[in-house]
Amino acid sequence: MAVLQLRGIAKHFGAIEALKGVDMTLRAGEVLGLMGDNGAGKSTLVKIIAGNFPPSAGEILIDGEPQLFHEPKDAREKGIEVVYQDLALCDNLTAAENVFLGRELWRQLGPLRILDYRRMYDRAAELFKELKSETRPRDLVKMMSGGQRQAIAIARTRLSEARFVLMDEPTAAISVRQVVEVLELIRRLRDSGIGVILISHRMPDVFAVSDRVMVLRRGTKVADKPVGETSPEEVTGLITGAIQAA
Amino acid sequence: MNRTTDPATSVRIEDVTGQQEQTFLQRLGQSQPLWVTVALLVIVLVMSWLQPQAFPTADNFFNITRNFAFIGIMALGMTCVILTGGIDLSVGSLMGFAGVLTGLVLQASAIPVVPPTGEAGLLAWVAILTVTGLTAALFRWWIGGTAAVIAGLTMFLAAFVTAGLALQPEGVVWLTLPPGSIWIVATLAGLAAGMLAGAVNGVFVAYVGLPPFVVTLGMLAAARSLAIILSQNKMIYDFGPDAEIFYWLGGGQILGIANPVWVLLLATLVFGFVFNFTAWGRYLYAIGGNENAARLTGVPVERTKFQAYVVSGFTAGIATVLSVSWAGSALNAMGQGYELRVIAATVIGGANLMGGEGGAYGAFIGAALIEVIRNSLLMAGVDANWQGTFVGAFIILAVLLQKVRGRARD
Ligand SMILES: Nc1ncnc2c1ncn2[C@@H]1O[C@H](COP(=O)(O)OP(=O)(O)O)[C@@H](O)[C@H]1O
Ligand SMILES: [Mg+2]
Repeated sequence: MAVLQLRGIAKHFGAIEALKGVDMTLRAGEVLGLMGDNGAGKSTLVKIIAGNFPPSAGEILIDGEPQLFHEPKDAREKGIEVVYQDLALCDNLTAAENVFLGRELWRQLGPLRILDYRRMYDRAAELFKELKSETRPRDLVKMMSGGQRQAIAIARTRLSEARFVLMDEPTAAISVRQVVEVLELIRRLRDSGIGVILISHRMPDVFAVSDRVMVLRRGTKVADKPVGETSPEEVTGLITGAIQAA
Repeated sequence: MNRTTDPATSVRIEDVTGQQEQTFLQRLGQSQPLWVTVALLVIVLVMSWLQPQAFPTADNFFNITRNFAFIGIMALGMTCVILTGGIDLSVGSLMGFAGVLTGLVLQASAIPVVPPTGEAGLLAWVAILTVTGLTAALFRWWIGGTAAVIAGLTMFLAAFVTAGLALQPEGVVWLTLPPGSIWIVATLAGLAAGMLAGAVNGVFVAYVGLPPFVVTLGMLAAARSLAIILSQNKMIYDFGPDAEIFYWLGGGQILGIANPVWVLLLATLVFGFVFNFTAWGRYLYAIGGNENAARLTGVPVERTKFQAYVVSGFTAGIATVLSVSWAGSALNAMGQGYELRVIAATVIGGANLMGGEGGAYGAFIGAALIEVIRNSLLMAGVDANWQGTFVGAFIILAVLLQKVRGRARD
């Protein structure tokens, strides 16, 4: 049973304390809704788990084993996949090239290993279809709508056998119909035994799919409880500070 | 809340933008290398019509192609750097440095080494090893293992060359080379000098994070000054027992086409392949497109940028060796002002100075256009000094064109 644990994670950028000793547990087959106001530290938490930068203090454990991630690749090798808030796309590349960026597919041409565009385009097309997105693998990202961009970022998480998927505002820029698709995907991920963190400002989305809700306020965890034991009103109060902690 | 989300009436953005998938023809129409090719053909036709005796001759074709081969080869390496959003201002000076080094090896028919003997030699080696160790340790602590190895090696070579320069002539021993191997060692020395200077650029840009403009401007000054010291401000032209075979490299021809042109053609194919069919090539584009996204998705950003500068130094080395061989002499002033012509060639060929756009054919055709214009001006009896004005105007025009196209797309 895969478990991702954070213990006392802190992060400061110069004088700014983005996170102050956050504990968290994410089990396989569980969806954790992570909420908080702008600047609460949600994205920073995701980036630490994803190996973008090391925490200033605290540790990350997977199945009880402490992890040291030097770069995003290290976290990915441990089965952590991420949808970044800014999506991390290169506008000058095609949709499929973006999906496979950093883990391209190869084929052998005589003594040379060359990029296997056909397989990348085919696989990307499959993934977009699965996500019910009209994104065309060969189009440049430059010309794409918010929804298509989002689909590319989400498609990346489907390339390997992920154990944990972190989604930072995956529904911020997309249409209502696509939100339904993303929520459906999150349920499918959960059912296949993947642990999911969903960061979102949209209360109904979080309450629709999450098993637990965790609230960050100014870098501190102020709540972490099953959805059944809380309500949108209480969570709103926790986010704004009207309710101190729960 | 009052949300109207009837799926039948809500229009999704991509339904609108999705219509805008570009046709092949539209894409072709936006391709700058294509338009440069058209411009080139027009100039060639007009010149052939104006100067039927002088312009469309085999001799002139031979000269034009050979002249732009040097710029074109360097433009390919420059393209790697520019794709990442960087710039390499040092390639012209590198030609002086690498050229003089190549010439000296030929002239002496020997390679210079600094032996760890005598007081000066021992001191030099202590200094070389200390500087290397300190650099490696500093980078290890500051950035990490790979950077430490790369910076340490680069520093070792740079310190070795510097020690040689400082101790010459007494402190340097020349190991005599057998005829037949001299031209090979001289060629390798020229290529290695270019790569070493490129590696120094790369360490500072990629691992230390200094702006490429500043680093390569520093190298522009340093490499030229080293070239002058190394040559003792003399022309080097006595190329020893391997002179004949060495002259052939850049001065010879195969099937009526100058050797440098063959090298350029081959290099264009190789770079075109690398840009389009290898992950390294795609990483160059990704870094130029969005460096942060490239890093987040696991692209080895620092290593790739470092390598781009080494490749640029390497192509400068190739152009140097061919150029020294063709001229039959090495001058410390070699390649002066070439950096601008090389950058102009890449930009005219469609490379975007902001990074992420450009290609091998563009570098080739950009270099060709500049040379054909220069040749045409000469034939039309225009003072050759106007070329700088044209090149300058072309750079600005090409960048302006990219801006206009960029705006049209958004
Ligand atoms: N790379 C960084 N450098 C400096 N400060 C940062 C950096 N990343 C985030 N911060 C700061 O950390 C705090 C938390 O930011 P973030 O994690 O993005 O919040 P959220 O995603 O919850 O809106 C903010 O005050 C932000 O300005
Ligand atoms: Mg955020």
